[in-house]
Amino acid sequence: MKLTRKQKELGAKFWIYLAALVVSVICVFPFYNAVLTSLRTGQDLFLTSYLPTTFHWDNYVNALVENGVGLSLLNSFIVATVTVGVCLLVSITAAFALARVRFRGRKYILFTILCVSMFPQVAVLSGMFELVRFLGLYDSIGALILSYTTFSLPFTVWVLTTFMRSLPVELEEAAIVDGAGLWVIISKVFAPIMGPSLVTTGLLAFIGAWNEFMFALTFIISTENRTVPVAIGLLQGASQYELPWGNIMAASVVVTVPIIVLVLIFQKRIVSGLTAGAVKG
Amino acid sequence: MAQLTLDKLNKRYGESAQVIKSIDLQVNSGEFIVIVGPSGCGKSTLLRMIAGLEDISGGGMYIDGAYVNDDTPSERGIGMVFQSYALYPHMNVYENMAFGLRLAKLPADEIARRVEESARILQLEPLLKRKPKDLSGGQRQRVAIGRAIAREPKLFLFDEPLSNLDAALRVQMRMEIAALHRRLGSTIIYVTHDQVEAMTLAQRIVVLNRGNIEQVGTPLELYDHPANEFVAQFIGSPKMNLMPATLLTAGATESVVRLWNGKELTVPIPTPASAEGTKVKLGIRPEHIEWGSVADAPYLADVLFVEHMGNETYHYLDSGNLGEPWVVRNPHRSAVAPGDTVGYLLPPEHCHLFDDSGKSFERRGGGAVAMRVPGMDAPAISFAEPMRTNVIH
Repeated sequence: MKLTRKQKELGAKFWIYLAALVVSVICVFPFYNAVLTSLRTGQDLFLTSYLPTTFHWDNYVNALVENGVGLSLLNSFIVATVTVGVCLLVSITAAFALARVRFRGRKYILFTILCVSMFPQVAVLSGMFELVRFLGLYDSIGALILSYTTFSLPFTVWVLTTFMRSLPVELEEAAIVDGAGLWVIISKVFAPIMGPSLVTTGLLAFIGAWNEFMFALTFIISTENRTVPVAIGLLQGASQYELPWGNIMAASVVVTVPIIVLVLIFQKRIVSGLTAGAVKG
Repeated sequence: MAQLTLDKLNKRYGESAQVIKSIDLQVNSGEFIVIVGPSGCGKSTLLRMIAGLEDISGGGMYIDGAYVNDDTPSERGIGMVFQSYALYPHMNVYENMAFGLRLAKLPADEIARRVEESARILQLEPLLKRKPKDLSGGQRQRVAIGRAIAREPKLFLFDEPLSNLDAALRVQMRMEIAALHRRLGSTIIYVTHDQVEAMTLAQRIVVLNRGNIEQVGTPLELYDHPANEFVAQFIGSPKMNLMPATLLTAGATESVVRLWNGKELTVPIPTPASAEGTKVKLGIRPEHIEWGSVADAPYLADVLFVEHMGNETYHYLDSGNLGEPWVVRNPHRSAVAPGDTVGYLLPPEHCHLFDDSGKSFERRGGGAVAMRVPGMDAPAISFAEPMRTNVIH
């Protein structure tokens, strides 16, 4: 049977939607299951039903208050926010220097920055540990801010340098003629124009800092300074034979939600940030 | 309004590359100066040095007699209009114009007054709330000019401001800039590679070539009395025709040259006796070549192509192996077709003479071009029209 053009189009559409559906289910199901489990207690946890059966908020209360995940959440929030702030401040000024100021060895510095980001975390862990001890930051969230900033900077500097290079020099010169100094040019002229890429890189730095586990586990020893990923990892049940699934799931949901909200808020800007400079707008 | 003095200004990159070589220039208060030259001649660099965006390697720059070499652009009190407009994309028109004033910490009512004043001058009032991306090219250019006006600068600098506009808009903006200068009476330095812009806008033109000033003068001075071959060919479109010749007899009032084809021509240009026998070049503008009959005109040429502009016609002639074809401009339509042989004359009073180094022998008086002198009646203008084209087909 020969299909009409319209029928062919319809068929193609069907397969695309089917594929999209499969991908979304695979992506979303673990999270859905976490939400489901977090609302169950006791023997319900091991039900195979994929529909919500009970709504118990005990797990959330337990995890956040009694197990101290609430405090860890606050720590994570402080660490991630300060990391993003420091990271953007340092990288936009660094990007300005690398993109706009001519000096000897500029190319090599850029290349070195790129190389630094190739090291795996484990490779620098022990060195970082010594550094943290030396600076007296061991067991404080300062250690995490320092290490996360170090690790997000190369990427952020690269993205912002590339973007800043694409901005016309005349814009900067117009600002100079208008009497703007270096800081005014960066903060009042470049930063607003670079909004989308700042949001994108900032968000990536935030997610990185929010999810990081190894440094957080190594540099923090006391419970009250822990960040959320470690706190969840170390959640313990009543006995050593019990894994508190309900609490773990509740805490996981609480940790994931802020990231989802952030991404949804900045969704449009992320897309324009990632494509900025690719095509002249 | 201010006067600008450049005293042996030069610019060097590293040890060897000297892009601006000892520029001396005096710009009078309220004067409209156009700096013109081919690309790479250093004209933009010179403007950026005046602006303070490029360091000055040597020499002095004075605004109203004050030494400003070490001043920042805003301290020099300049307003600049860039080729790409360079408007701040995240600010609306009002904020764009107010940005510099806010940085200067002017009182809010003064800022509002100045921005509104310049918006009124440039008819930007309905656009004040718009972002640059919502404006057309001409409007953006006006905003860029408005931003410069609002600063109330001593010196306006324009860096090829019209080259991003289409032809029709360019003519319109050209007139607007000329009108603006008449209205504000400010000192303007304007850089362009387009000699039409230079001729139409400038009170005086500065012709720059390889970092040197070739000549400074009013547009017609440059047209009628080019100081050298470069200026002669750069000013005027199509450019002046040049042909090799030898100076046979020098004289205090007229000189005899032998042209490339062996013919002799007496031109009313004084030459020193020392130049006798040297190689020279004879120049004549496309509109000054006259047609003659094939039978008795002293020169014959084959027509290579003909360009019909509607209001005028350009003929490209092959007149013996001279490298490039000659151009003859005809203010009328022409029946001459490629492949024809035509006869022509070189009216001696319209000829220019350049020595071997390219420097011109100065012509007497106002040349042969009818000049309108204030207070005098316009002289009867006789066009060098083609009486008839005696064409062999």
